[in-house]
Amino acid sequence: MLEFLMNPWPWYFSGPMIALVMFLLLWTGKTFGMSSNLRTLCAVLGAGKRSSFFAFDWKAQRWNLVVAAGAILGGFLAANFLSNSTAVEISAATIAQLNTLGIADAGQAYMPSALFDLNALSSGKALVLLSLGGFFVGFGARYAGGCTSGHAISGLSNFQLPSLIAVIGFFAGGLIVNHFILPLLLS
Amino acid sequence: MKTVVYFAIGILFGITMFKSEAASWFRIYEMFQFKAFHMYGIIGSALFCGVIITYLLKKLKVKSVLDGEEIHIADKEKGWKRYLFGGLFFGFGWAISGACPGPMFTVLGAGFLPILVVIAAATLGTFCYGLLQKHLPH
Repeated sequence: MLEFLMNPWPWYFSGPMIALVMFLLLWTGKTFGMSSNLRTLCAVLGAGKRSSFFAFDWKAQRWNLVVAAGAILGGFLAANFLSNSTAVEISAATIAQLNTLGIADAGQAYMPSALFDLNALSSGKALVLLSLGGFFVGFGARYAGGCTSGHAISGLSNFQLPSLIAVIGFFAGGLIVNHFILPLLLS
Repeated sequence: MKTVVYFAIGILFGITMFKSEAASWFRIYEMFQFKAFHMYGIIGSALFCGVIITYLLKKLKVKSVLDGEEIHIADKEKGWKRYLFGGLFFGFGWAISGACPGPMFTVLGAGFLPILVVIAAATLGTFCYGLLQKHLPH
């Protein structure tokens, strides 16, 4: 059992665990939608003065920052105490392809060091990629009214057509960038 | 009390995101390359369980365990523009940063500090949406 938990979790265990998290949030009277955090964060930082979109009582949404804080601790615990190895065993084909794009640690690490090592903060290219990626995720999630958790899991579980449209958008956008733009950005 | 409950749920979520490797940039890259079943299996099995959970919560009119009020799962607003355009933008960012808004926090806890740049930029992106909201097609 412990061995099972210490190894990377297989998809058939991970998926139901995500559904369990959704259930726990619904059962405690909330919703599973992680990008709302970013809106709450804006409100906490005083964005309500600039846009009515952020002028709400963020204290009522405090729970959602508490979930995010828990997710930080969860990541810390999983990485430091619940893992024999944190190398992500992606397929040989993916490793070969990433190697040609200059990502040498594919298959040996959890995250590419070119982007997520502390040294990356002194690389202009990495900073551009991290900020561009983050900006689009934040902008797009709010524009679409949700992200992977809110639309792909919660919305689709409730057979919401808007969520299906959003998820099609997520994948269409991701495929375009992954296949045509990312190789240019990484090179 | 409530804070403890939500913090615990967050911890479970963070552990799940890390151990499932859904928080790994590599897994997101691989997903968009269709070179492994892993991410599709995660999303598919989460949905399979999610559909049953959502159906039962509504069918049995389950009440919230904390305040006893009936659980209400709201429908999304009708329309398609905001979902398609917003979705596309989200996808652009997802493919570059390899991080959704949930896993971002997990990755931070796991010690990959440059994710702070992603989180800050995502917060800025959210703020810009708030500023532009009235001018965007919904």
